[in-house]
Amino acid sequence: MKITPEIVKNHGLKKDEYEKIKTLIRKEPNMLELGIFSAMWNEHCSYKSSKKYLKTLPIKNEKVIHGPGENAGAVDIGDDEALIFKIESHNHPSFIEPYQGAATGVGGILRDVFTMGARPIAVLNSIHFGHQDHPKTKNLLNGVVSGIGGYGNCMGIPTVGGEVKFDTCYNENILVNAMAVGLVKKDKIFLSKAKGVNKPVIYVGSKTGRDGIHGASMASAEFDKDSEEKKPTVQVGDPFTEKLLLEACLELMKDDSIISIQDMGAAGLTSSSVEMASKGSLGIELNLNKIPCREEKMTPYEMMLSESQERMLLILNIGKEEKAKEIFNKWGLDFSIIGKTTNTKNLVLNFNNYEVANLPISSLSTDAPVYDRKWKKSSIQKDHKKKNDLKSINLSDSLKTILSSPNNTEKGWVWEQYDQTVMGDTIQKAGGDAAVVRIHGKNKGVAITVDSSAQYCAANPIDGAKQIVSESWRNLISVGANPIAITNCLNFGNPEKEKIMGQFIETIDGIKQACSYLNFPVVSGNVSFYNETQNRAISPTPTIGAVGLIKNLDLMMTKDLKNIGSFIFVIGKTSGHLHQSQFFREVLKREKGPPPEVNLFNEKKNGLSIQTLISLKLTSSVHDVSKGGILIALSKMCIGGNIGININIKNKNISMHEYFFGEDQSRYIIEVSEKNKEEVCKILDKNSVYFEIIGKTQKGNLEFKDKFNLKVSDLNTLNSFWFKNHFKDSA
Amino acid sequence: MKSSVIVFPGSNCDRDIAVALKKFNFKNKMVWHDDSDLPKSDLIVLPGGFSYGDYLRTGCIASKSKIIKEVINHASSGGLILGVCNGFQILIETGLLPGTLLRNKKLRFISKNVFLKVVNTQNKFCKKYLNKKIIELPIAHNEGNYFANNNLVKKLEDDDLIAFKYCDKKGSINNKSNPNGSSNNIAGILNDKKNILGMMPHPERFIDPLLSGEDGSRIFQSLLQSL
Repeated sequence: MKITPEIVKNHGLKKDEYEKIKTLIRKEPNMLELGIFSAMWNEHCSYKSSKKYLKTLPIKNEKVIHGPGENAGAVDIGDDEALIFKIESHNHPSFIEPYQGAATGVGGILRDVFTMGARPIAVLNSIHFGHQDHPKTKNLLNGVVSGIGGYGNCMGIPTVGGEVKFDTCYNENILVNAMAVGLVKKDKIFLSKAKGVNKPVIYVGSKTGRDGIHGASMASAEFDKDSEEKKPTVQVGDPFTEKLLLEACLELMKDDSIISIQDMGAAGLTSSSVEMASKGSLGIELNLNKIPCREEKMTPYEMMLSESQERMLLILNIGKEEKAKEIFNKWGLDFSIIGKTTNTKNLVLNFNNYEVANLPISSLSTDAPVYDRKWKKSSIQKDHKKKNDLKSINLSDSLKTILSSPNNTEKGWVWEQYDQTVMGDTIQKAGGDAAVVRIHGKNKGVAITVDSSAQYCAANPIDGAKQIVSESWRNLISVGANPIAITNCLNFGNPEKEKIMGQFIETIDGIKQACSYLNFPVVSGNVSFYNETQNRAISPTPTIGAVGLIKNLDLMMTKDLKNIGSFIFVIGKTSGHLHQSQFFREVLKREKGPPPEVNLFNEKKNGLSIQTLISLKLTSSVHDVSKGGILIALSKMCIGGNIGININIKNKNISMHEYFFGEDQSRYIIEVSEKNKEEVCKILDKNSVYFEIIGKTQKGNLEFKDKFNLKVSDLNTLNSFWFKNHFKDSA
Repeated sequence: MKSSVIVFPGSNCDRDIAVALKKFNFKNKMVWHDDSDLPKSDLIVLPGGFSYGDYLRTGCIASKSKIIKEVINHASSGGLILGVCNGFQILIETGLLPGTLLRNKKLRFISKNVFLKVVNTQNKFCKKYLNKKIIELPIAHNEGNYFANNNLVKKLEDDDLIAFKYCDKKGSINNKSNPNGSSNNIAGILNDKKNILGMMPHPERFIDPLLSGEDGSRIFQSLLQSL
């Protein structure tokens, strides 16, 4: 078949890209070869718009074992153990087919983790939907939540946390970001780099079907009004097979059979084989007649571009094939020797005894285009509206409005659909500042959090990105962990537009500043561009997944108030920043204006001081102050412990609304017993940390002078009402 | 005391139950579903999970495994069997326990801690609950809605074969405290000889104060004491 400009366009390749292909391979590609280029050169696989900037992120500290470039990042947690973790998006498929899109998103990220030899120990996710009343939202939310649960529950890996958010900017473009964390012995980490010539290349897992063909290309284009017709490009997940694949891989990994291993994710067999060969500077030759196929008469084009799930590519040491086959057969999985490594540095595909494709590996990997796209500085959002007269606005009604709003409500309706306690090591479930999962058999744990602040980022990408990295750091500190590193999922619109590219570049700048200052490097992640439909892009949404270590679980903290008669401290200065706050959005419906700034010096100083207090057992509970400000944070601490607080503060030079609802950064609230009060003050003074004692815990009510007096049980009801009501059930 | 945990493709609470058995000093062996020999055991455990991906019907394919013949022999000679969650579903599919497990009433997976009333403490699994009859354990299932027709419910009640019922914190057994729609709030049942217990809640996940509870421990302690 002759390659026409029309065919090139349908493969998502630009005219000049096609010319570049011809120059690189010194011939006209055939259809199969063109398909392979389309799979490797699309934005999703090649990172062609983002590469230049991703390179500027800090990726190392003393704990990092493997940074970006592997299937997932790896960090040292002592005792010869490492954590493997990564976050990834599955936005486009989930919008088209929410259940399968979300399910295979979880499946894909789990494979990234166990490909490296780690047993997954936790899954988290960050999911963003359109406005709660948008006609699509309910169905999408239902589908995504049951898809995430359906996959993770069946795999037997606890889903321990995450976030669920609503904003009109996601009306036609939801976000589903899934994060997985695994545990491995440091000397048993497996990588994807091929080594040695003539080594057998093995296909294991599910059979290849016609699902997901061109999935990665679909995720590299904007949606139009016919997007829902793209359903066949969404893969179908089978968590049962993945569970078998997990057990079989981990069993084979016990000895030295495997040279390298790579899961077949986006762009399936194509990208996995190219990646392994490219990293090893080798060639690879495959006999496509050996591919286990689910359907009859599949063509080489379909086999190479299918994104069928639950498949892996292995390169084995010679002589280990039989033993490996036995293991995979025991688990009822396909095992087929489909080719070998070569020294030609080419990808060669044979089918029915003909060579059907022959391409230099470099043309698909290192020589793929990298763009330095044009961009435009984001304009800093200003709020031109007249100031509200805050005096007329009731504090207690405002609190109630925020607590019961969909973005701030408790999300038990969602968490209860995820198995959170399987594996018997979940110490803190979803709902706290960070989830805590015990390292099996030890008295130490990993703290994990996933956060995003799209509204801050839309108003100012640099400050927003700095804020969200800092917030994830703060969340880990709050549960008593030592923050180690992050993984990021960068969700944006179309990078070919200068405004979007500008948002992206500034976001990277913000992440870089915060990560460098906090010694909190980025070890893995992904970029999802083209999150826009009919020319409407989502707000820039960097999602940060972060991990930390709690060396001694006896020192773990929760946000729930513990005792009556304790002192409540606010750590960090409150200057009353209300722009972009939940108070402005939910109560006054003001959406313009700059987000709060982060002073990284104070962030670090305050955080390290909290760490000291926790390590000396001077706090009974700790909570970071984030969206909603002090009063929302206090309410959640009260609800968690079913204990009230009597707030007793003097007049401030800012209004009470600014004080209670301002979203200034780098703040924490801590509960301190009478006996420890003096010691805590001494340490904070010594570290020059700003703090205030704002009241004492008491039975039953959260009250402030004559301004409000609310029963904690009523706050609880308000806070847990929204989802149940929206989905019309009481369970 | 010797125990064996049967591992099916898709079992995922096998490790958790093995950890619990070890903690209470059982000498435990893991047994692959395709084996035909069962090591000599006092107790067989069918663990939770998604054997065969819950395809066809939960527990159905696993109930046709090679090892099941041995499990049935063990049962008929009076040996002890504990089936948790998917294990309970498998016991029903093998016919070792009566009734059936339907999808949860609200058609959604439910993972949360629930309160249970230990209805029968006169059996080898539940003796240690004699002085603590209202307990808390986690559930995590999609098909835990125990259904029995009126005759069977009557028989279970009359013969005292109900081990656990869902209740609230104070022990009230009613619709509100029924998480999944089970007949008479049934969460776990015994066979006639009371050597087999099937239950939806997961005792193995509540054996540690750090996991917010230890109410699961008493099942293992009861079993130890019974021998």
